[in-house]
Amino acid sequence: MAEFIQILVSGLAAGSIYALAAVGFTLLWQASQTINFAQGEFVMLPAFFVLIGMNFLGLGLWPAVGFALLLSLLILGLTFKKLIVEPMLPHGTLPLVIATIALGLLMKESVKEFYGATAQPFPPIFPQKVFHVLGASVSAQDIGNLAVSMLAILGLQLFLSRTRTGRCMQASAQNPQVAEILGVDVKRMALYTFLINAALATIASVLISPVYLAKFSNGETLGLVAFIAAIVGGFNQIRGALVGGLLIGVIDNISAVYISAQYRAAVPLLLLIAIILFRPQGLLGSKEGRAV
Amino acid sequence: MTRKQILFVVLGIAALIAAPLGQGNYIIYTMTSWLLFSIAAMGLNLTLGYAGQISLAQAGFMGVGAYVTALMTLAGVPWILAALSSIGSAFVVGLLLGYPALRVQHHFLAFVTLAFNTLLFLVLRNEEEITGGSFGLMGMERPTVFGISTDGNLNFYYFALVCFLVAAGIMWWILRSPWGRAFKALRENPIRAESLGLKVRRQTLLAFAIGSAFAGLAGALQSPLVQFIEPSSFALNHSLKILLMVVVGGAGFFFGPMLGAAVVILLPEILRFTEGYYLIIYALLVIVLMVYSPNGLIGAGQKIWSKFKPKHEARRDLEKGFQL
Repeated sequence: MAEFIQILVSGLAAGSIYALAAVGFTLLWQASQTINFAQGEFVMLPAFFVLIGMNFLGLGLWPAVGFALLLSLLILGLTFKKLIVEPMLPHGTLPLVIATIALGLLMKESVKEFYGATAQPFPPIFPQKVFHVLGASVSAQDIGNLAVSMLAILGLQLFLSRTRTGRCMQASAQNPQVAEILGVDVKRMALYTFLINAALATIASVLISPVYLAKFSNGETLGLVAFIAAIVGGFNQIRGALVGGLLIGVIDNISAVYISAQYRAAVPLLLLIAIILFRPQGLLGSKEGRAV
Repeated sequence: MTRKQILFVVLGIAALIAAPLGQGNYIIYTMTSWLLFSIAAMGLNLTLGYAGQISLAQAGFMGVGAYVTALMTLAGVPWILAALSSIGSAFVVGLLLGYPALRVQHHFLAFVTLAFNTLLFLVLRNEEEITGGSFGLMGMERPTVFGISTDGNLNFYYFALVCFLVAAGIMWWILRSPWGRAFKALRENPIRAESLGLKVRRQTLLAFAIGSAFAGLAGALQSPLVQFIEPSSFALNHSLKILLMVVVGGAGFFFGPMLGAAVVILLPEILRFTEGYYLIIYALLVIVLMVYSPNGLIGAGQKIWSKFKPKHEARRDLEKGFQL
C-alpha cells in the first residue's frame, strides 16, 4: 500500500507536467490546426534559457526563470507564430508538420552544439524535503510540481471561460469565420494561444528539469508523451489533455515497477493504439464534425 | 509519355548505369543507398503526396523488410523469396495498422505509425533470441542472379538499380492506371471523389499499404547491402528522414522522392566541412524551403521557371469582365 501511494504520487506529479505540455499542444491544434511536432523541444529549451541566465548573465534562479519566460514568449511564442506558422497556414497541415519536425531538430541540435551534449544539473525549485504519509515517503518536489501545474491549468481554464479575452479565444478556435464577423480579432487570439503555449512550456521545463536534468534530447520522450496524453484524453478538450497527462504519468510509473523495464515505454503506446481503436475522440473528447 | 519525356528517362537511366564506373567503393555504396532510400521514399510519396496521409513509420516498414529478409536468407532461403515475403509482410502490417487508423480523420495515421515505429524498435531491441537485440544480425549473403554473384559493390549497385527501375516502373503504372488516378482525385477533392463513387477509405488504405510494401522492398535490399542490421537503423528518426526526403523533393511529383533522397543523402557529404553544424543548417534549409515553397524543390523549380517562361498573354480587351 505504501509503495502504491508513493508510485501514485510521483506518477501524478510527472503526469501533471506532461499535462502542461499536452494542454499547450491541444490549444495550438484548436486555434490553428497546428500539429506541433516540436512540442517536446519546446519543453526542453526553456531550461537552457534559465541555465544561460544563471551561468552566463549571473542572475539568481528566479530572475533567470523570468528571463527564460521572456525569451520563450518571444521565440517559442511570437517568432514561431509569425515566422513559421503564419506564412504556412494557407498551404495546409503537411508543410507545417514538416516545418515543426525540422524546427524540433534545429532546437535540439543547436542546444547540443552551442550549450553541450551532456545532461546539465538544474537547481531544484522546491526544498528537498521528504514527508511521511501512511508509511509512504512523498517528496516535497512531487507535491510542489503537482500543485504548480494544477494551478497553472486551473488558471488557464478560468481565463478561458471567465474573461472576455478567453471567451474570444474559444470562439475563434471553434469557428473563426463567425468569430471574425462578430468582431473578434482572430489573428490576435491565435497569437495569444501561442504565447500561452510558450508560457506553459516554460513552466513545464522549469518543473521537470530538476528531476530529469536538462538535456538536449529530453524533447524526444516529452514530445511523444504530450501527443499520447493529448490523444488519450481527447484532442479538443483542455480537461482531456489534463486527464490524459495524469493517466500517462501514473501508468508509466506503475508499469516501470510492475511490468518489465524493457517494455515500460511500450505501455503508453499500446494505450494510444487502444484509444484510437475503441474511442478515437479520446476519453473526454466530444465527437467533431468531419472537417472537410 | 511524350517523345521528350522518353528521351529524358532513357538519358537518366544511361546516366545511372554510367555513374558508378571508375568510382571508389564508398561512392558506389552511397549511390546504392540512394537507390534504396529512393524506393522507400517513392512508396511514402504514394501515401503522402497522392493519398494525403502522413506515415511516420516508413523506416519501421524498412525494418520489417530488412529483418524478414535477414532471418530468411540466414536460414538459407533464396533472396528473391525472402524479398517477396518482406514486401508481403510490410503490406500486411500496413493494412493492419491503417485499417483502424483511417477510420478517423485528423492525421491519426501519423500518430498510429509513430507509435508503431517506436514499438517495433522496442521489440527488435528486446527480443534478443530472434532479432539479436541491439547487437543486430550480420553475415547475410548477397544474392546470386543468373549465376552472377552480386558480392562486388559494383555488381550489387546494378542489382539494386534493376530493383529500383522495376519499382519505379510499377509506381508509374500505378499512378497511370485508373486506380492511381483515383488517388489524385482523392487528394484534390475528396468529397467530389466520393460522390463519383470512390471508396475514400479503401483507396487511402491501399495507398498506405502499397507505400509500405515499397519500404519492405527497400529493407529487403538493405539487408544484403549493409550485411549488418540493428534496431536503431530503423528508429523513428529515420522515418522522419524519409519523410523529409519526400517533402524536400516535392510530395506528389513522380521524381520528387528521388531528388529528395539525393539531397538528404548527399547534403551531409557536401556540408561535411561544417562539421557539427550540418544538422542545424539542414533543419534551417528545410524550414525556409517549407515557408517559401511547400511543394518542395520541384515546386520551387517550377515557380522559378514559370517566372522566366514567356507567357501567353491574352488581349486586354478580351479579358473576362472587361467593359468599355
